[in-house]
Amino acid sequence: MIVVVDYGVNNLASVVRALGATGHEVTLSPDPEVVGRASRVVMPGVGHFKQAAENLGRSGLGDAVREVSASGRPVLGICLGLQLFFARSEEAPDVPGLGLLAGEVVKFRTDLHVPHVGWARVDPTPAGKRHAAAAALFEGEPPFFYHVHSYHPDAVPEADVLGTADYGEVFPTLVGHGNVLGAQFHPEKSQKAGLALLDAFARWNP
Amino acid sequence: MLARRIIPCLDVANGRVVKGIHFESLRDAGDPVEQGAHYDAEGADELVFLDIAASYESRSTTLDMVSRVADRLFIPFTVGGGIRTVEDAGRVLRAGADKVAINTAAVRDPGLVRRLADSFGSQCVVVAVDSRRVEGRDVVMVTGGREPTDRDAVEWAADLEERGAGEVLLTSMDRDGTLSGYDLALTSAVASAVRIPVIASGGAGKLEDLADALAAGAHGVLAASIFHFRGSSLPEARAYLKSRGYPVRP
Repeated sequence: MIVVVDYGVNNLASVVRALGATGHEVTLSPDPEVVGRASRVVMPGVGHFKQAAENLGRSGLGDAVREVSASGRPVLGICLGLQLFFARSEEAPDVPGLGLLAGEVVKFRTDLHVPHVGWARVDPTPAGKRHAAAAALFEGEPPFFYHVHSYHPDAVPEADVLGTADYGEVFPTLVGHGNVLGAQFHPEKSQKAGLALLDAFARWNP
Repeated sequence: MLARRIIPCLDVANGRVVKGIHFESLRDAGDPVEQGAHYDAEGADELVFLDIAASYESRSTTLDMVSRVADRLFIPFTVGGGIRTVEDAGRVLRAGADKVAINTAAVRDPGLVRRLADSFGSQCVVVAVDSRRVEGRDVVMVTGGREPTDRDAVEWAADLEERGAGEVLLTSMDRDGTLSGYDLALTSAVASAVRIPVIASGGAGKLEDLADALAAGAHGVLAASIFHFRGSSLPEARAYLKSRGYPVRP
């Protein structure tokens, strides 16, 4: 069973619905025990890094996600959920994230209007083209994914960057290391390409 | 690089999609849930749902409809009509919308724009500006186009950006439903006055019109008549814009 972590942020229902639409069994849970027993875990989220990180700490859900990740089961972070996989974000430098991925989260340094909102083309990296869950996305023309964010991953080791987007600066928008996968964009709002990624994650055996 | 957006719009009254001319003479255009799912499958970049009846009594019916449309959508979903408070917006977002569109309420209570942006983020706040050409001025209209205000559309759009709006949905009432093309002068004037995305609306009748609006500075094009009545399909629109050199989704 795929468990979507309910840690008191918005935008969870659409992720549950999109995973359900790909034909996989999925449930939403705020219970660390349920999350800890999941076969795979999805951490979505829209909101502020500080509140979200504090919720994860207080509820025990952060430890449960760490436990799932440490045991080698697949873990997917979406948007703020992905940002929380890093140890640090400029949005709340004093509040640690989960530290599942190397790198950090920084604010856009572009003159373009922020937040970055819309369908951005995602170009694969060599690592992305080889990645078991991501490779299928990159077989034809580069796909577009729906982004809504003011912060993005940065200083991610090259081998962990699977796809990049360009908004005044090129930034990693699909990242992964071992059994951890993360999308800065919203697959649940990215129609076919997004559903394909969720389906690939649900079948992935890292 | 962001793709330019093609956005079908569902004007909904009494549970049905309708489409009029200059906001009047409404004609039936189907079931909102079916139409929404159809546009999602055809590759719409976003869907806008405007409850144009928006009466107080019908509010819970509309929320139910919004949630049934949202169940079949895997693209961003904007809902407007009758949203006057942060609580109204919260209900619509919980029903499955990703963004809310406000119009009359923003004119009557401009502070609402900031309160919504603070509560949900500016990316959630679309302000619809309905404009009508009156004696050489682009006048902002409210209450579904029935009442003129003393505001100028270009100045109002700039003011909205300052107040935290994430996007302007700019409708030319003069062109609405006429299939005679977007008001390009208006689109261009508003797009150069703000940095937030401007969605052009009102008048799309053929694929060239979509390209013309993008050339005038619109970030996206909203259309109803040409898609509802199947004059043009979304795949045709995408292919056409791509052939004109605009970045669109494959």
